[in-house]
Amino acid sequence: MDRMMIKPGIGKMNRIQTLFKHKKENILNIYFTAGHPGLNNTGTIIRELTDAGADLIEVGMPYSDPLADGLTIQQSSSKALKNGMNLELLFSQIKKAREYSEIPLILMGYFNQVFQYGVGKFISRCKDVGVDGLILPDLPLYEYERDYKALFEKNDIAISFLITPMTEEYRIKKVDELTRGFIYMVSDNATTGGVNEKNERQESYFNRINAMGLENPRLIGFGISNRDSFSNACKYANGAIIGSAFIRTLEQSTDLKSDIHKFVKRILG
Amino acid sequence: MNMYKVDERGYYGKFGGAYIPELLHPCVEELRKNYEKIISDSGFKKEFENLLKDYVGRPTPLYYAKRYSKHYGADIYLKREDLCHTGAHKVNNTIGQILLAQRLNKKRIIAETGAGQHGVATATVCALMGLECIVYMGKKDIQRQAPNVKRMKMLGAEVRPALSGSQTLKDATNEAIRDWINNPADTHYIIGSVVGPHPYPEMVARFQSVISEEMKRQLMDKTGRSNPDIIIACVGGGSNAAGAFYHYLNDQETRLVAVEAAGLGIHSGETAATSVIGSEGIIHGSRTLLMQTPDGQIVEPYSISAGLDYPGIGPLHAHLISSGRAEAISVTDEDALKAAFELAAQEGIIPALESAHAFAALEQLEYKQEDTIVINLSGRGDKDLAAFSQYMESL
Repeated sequence: MDRMMIKPGIGKMNRIQTLFKHKKENILNIYFTAGHPGLNNTGTIIRELTDAGADLIEVGMPYSDPLADGLTIQQSSSKALKNGMNLELLFSQIKKAREYSEIPLILMGYFNQVFQYGVGKFISRCKDVGVDGLILPDLPLYEYERDYKALFEKNDIAISFLITPMTEEYRIKKVDELTRGFIYMVSDNATTGGVNEKNERQESYFNRINAMGLENPRLIGFGISNRDSFSNACKYANGAIIGSAFIRTLEQSTDLKSDIHKFVKRILG
Repeated sequence: MNMYKVDERGYYGKFGGAYIPELLHPCVEELRKNYEKIISDSGFKKEFENLLKDYVGRPTPLYYAKRYSKHYGADIYLKREDLCHTGAHKVNNTIGQILLAQRLNKKRIIAETGAGQHGVATATVCALMGLECIVYMGKKDIQRQAPNVKRMKMLGAEVRPALSGSQTLKDATNEAIRDWINNPADTHYIIGSVVGPHPYPEMVARFQSVISEEMKRQLMDKTGRSNPDIIIACVGGGSNAAGAFYHYLNDQETRLVAVEAAGLGIHSGETAATSVIGSEGIIHGSRTLLMQTPDGQIVEPYSISAGLDYPGIGPLHAHLISSGRAEAISVTDEDALKAAFELAAQEGIIPALESAHAFAALEQLEYKQEDTIVINLSGRGDKDLAAFSQYMESL
């Protein structure tokens, strides 16, 4: 076991860390909102993404007030909540999905959802059902470090923090210190789902981060929607995250299995 | 020691802080780093005070309500924020923030609004300073508050409908925050209440604290005692209450009464009585009390008064109420309407529906004959004429 990849106090690697140990590039991370388009699609989507060759899945916990999300994810969240999605149902869907998929799974949502559920209870449910990591964009770094870090590590739940082109260097270092899994690198200063034109400003940001010699692998997210933007992002990081474009595909889909396979194939070529 | 002062990370006790996505961090951080220095500067203070005096019309009177006092059997004073330019206390904060925005070299102003009062106060100061103004307003509120939409437009603001979620104030706030995320360099976000991530709650409270600063002086002149026995103010997010309480927070002999909207009744499912049925959580970047489901989904509030129709309260108020420093009272739509008609009949003043909740609290409050009570009359009632006339017809 490569000890360098493991933070002190952790005895084994979870699925996210295993993935990054064995695969260093072109990692495809796909986001979808649980409960959308249909309440009980979670298992199907996880299975088909696994079979189609995605490396990592972020399952969005739909929220009433998704501050950091663009229109597509907002709307998918509203629909999922209307469909009746809730955390207990999501945990049971994930537990079932674990019967046939060993893909690394991350829950993404807002801190209030976890806080209200009870952070300790939430983390142990994650562990029980086979969730490997969390992304909570509005959880402050200092609060995580002070109140929750020990709990996450004890239960072997990874956590990813975000950096943006405007994140100061001292915060990037702090993010690298606290992250376990991968750093979520926001491609541009915009809420999710915008058009992402390749530009020099972005390139210099990617290069600046690469030159920092960070300990954690990095995935680029926000505005990745097709093969070009995916492979371009992969030049500068270990992989990329696709969210809104996948959600639009699901929304229009009449045959989830075939459309998910086609989508992943289009991205990976 | 000051138990009610915000700490370095923006907490009042356990409430407050900045629960924001990294995308928003640079905007909030720029403000946090600079606001203290800017608003403490003597040039800023002078310009702020001059505008409050000559443009807003401050100090607002502290009026002894003689007939009303007799009716209730106590000495009741009204702090006349309804006489501020634009008709409510909201402009105290927008004047402060527009001066701050200028000093941060921001060219573009965004704001959220529910009933439209804060939107109008923001559009007003943007016209005054010649700055671009975009006001986010829930699509449903745009339909419900048409006159204020027209006022904002006449003042040169662009009113953008918030189409997400429940299409009301909380969603307008979300949209404004998203706008700020997408325009970090040139934009300042003028939040209308003592809510949002640190430093907003404290900053807005300080701009509104002119209310209690004047009250102290005026009460001393009129009664020989600067501290009343009781101060009553309505709380949606809580900016007028924060202003009315601010300089009395450490004066324990003054009771602070925060009046929330019970809507159709606290347990009717149609309410905004956050401190009663809410629980600890995070809304708009702040840890506070809010109305939510067991899954942490934010619940849409209800009150006849659009200004109290917010699912959270500012973190200062969460702290004051939880620690017992402030008493919370909830008042229904019906009782607020009655109180508005009573004030109109007794004193010739038509209060805003928000402020009417504060007056209705007198019916529930325990006080002594010799008590001096100040009610913060946060706004005037012209905007609520439709609701008032509907009530008259129903009688």
